[in-house]
Amino acid sequence: MTPSDRRYAETHEWVKIEDGIAVVGISDYAQEALGDITFIELPETNHTVAQEEECGVVESVKAASDILAPLDGNIVEVNETLDDTPELVNEDAYGDGWIFKMADFSREQFEELMDAAEYESTHDDDA
Amino acid sequence: MKSDDRKTPLFETHVALGARMAPFGGFAMPIQYTGIFKEHEATRTGSTLFDTCHMGEFRLSGSSAVADLEALLTCPIGSMQHGQCRYGLLCNESGGVIDDLLIYRIGDHEFMLVVNAGTQENDFEWINTHCSESTTLENRSDTTAKIDIQGPGSPDIMNALIPEGIKDLRFYRFKDATYQGESVLVSRTGYTGEIGFELYAPLHLAAPFWQSAMQQGAVCAGLGARDTLRLEMGMPLYGHELDDKRNAAEAGFSRAISADKPFMGDSVIRDPARHREALVGLQLGGRQSARHGDTILASDGSPIGTVTSGSFAPSLGTAIALGYVTNEYAHIGTETLLQTSRKALTATIVKRPFYTAATAREAIENFCS
Repeated sequence: MTPSDRRYAETHEWVKIEDGIAVVGISDYAQEALGDITFIELPETNHTVAQEEECGVVESVKAASDILAPLDGNIVEVNETLDDTPELVNEDAYGDGWIFKMADFSREQFEELMDAAEYESTHDDDA
Repeated sequence: MKSDDRKTPLFETHVALGARMAPFGGFAMPIQYTGIFKEHEATRTGSTLFDTCHMGEFRLSGSSAVADLEALLTCPIGSMQHGQCRYGLLCNESGGVIDDLLIYRIGDHEFMLVVNAGTQENDFEWINTHCSESTTLENRSDTTAKIDIQGPGSPDIMNALIPEGIKDLRFYRFKDATYQGESVLVSRTGYTGEIGFELYAPLHLAAPFWQSAMQQGAVCAGLGARDTLRLEMGMPLYGHELDDKRNAAEAGFSRAISADKPFMGDSVIRDPARHREALVGLQLGGRQSARHGDTILASDGSPIGTVTSGSFAPSLGTAIALGYVTNEYAHIGTETLLQTSRKALTATIVKRPFYTAATAREAIENFCS
């Protein structure tokens, strides 16, 4: 089930707002498509990014895929446990496998992201 | 999946088991079932099944068969015993590798050659063109199923499924056996570094054998794990470490290349002036991988070679790679940088195999309960 407590980018990142901070990860669909994740390059903190700017990399055995900022904002924290255990993204993409947190992000852009049902419909064919 | 991808006799089995399928060598092949890591680990510690029906099998026979193969292949043929397998290279006049293959000596004048899927047609034509009139070459790829069963648990499974047993099978030997009353061939070979077997059988036995081996505890594995397993052993993959342009000697598989007999490409392969680069193993510092085609740089930043394969190595917990560097840098301990599309990763040239605890050459008794 795609959680309905957050919104989704076409490029498969999710954003959940917790206490005024935007938590970002990749969707379960994306981790499944990548397969066993072997490395995650985390963005730098205290670093302002624009929506769709490349701000990290997810590598699996077979592929490498960019993580794009789903919103304009300032990256304030990264999930450092992914340095040694990137498989957390495979195991818990919507929970412990979060990737970074943003402050001073664009609420407007957040509202324009897809909800769970819309996001699911983008990959219905593969379900 | 392109509709013109060919299907192995196990295609329906893979799909029913939920494998992720992708095209490889003209066939729709399983890349993974439960995940590359799990399948890799199961091969190192238990037993796994690989569908290798996409590979090609040729039979070659006749009074000139030995002489023909001596002239075509890099490894010695005449010294092979009945029931022995040997790894060799099929080369062109300029010393490039047309394919790498396994040779099985079936009789004085009869051999089986096991070749790669993507190169099969070209190999057949090349061998056919260069064989004597008296030699019969037959392509049995379409009527031969091939299944690899690999890992320390595989001898017990084979003993349970093959009535003749396999306890007498030494490394790189094969024998005739039966499965469900029909003739099959079993060799103690593989592409994972672990003790294991390759089974050659009529097409209709592939699915029953696969299911029976699963019931005995074998885990289904795909080409993804096959690739990480062979990479940890430093084994070449045709199209990556070997191709028809590069001098076969540069790969450094000296045991597969005879030092004295004449064979196609020998003068180029034996000419040290024609070996510009050497294949090396590269140990990266972290988990991030370099990939096929990335440039290898010396520590001063000057380009010295190219990565041919690269991946995270599940049994090692770090990334590794194979690549060619110019001879002057091809020494254990050389520090390099691998320039990926994103950044330069540090890597040290190390001895191969990367993974040193593999079981392929161990005595089979240690694995039979």
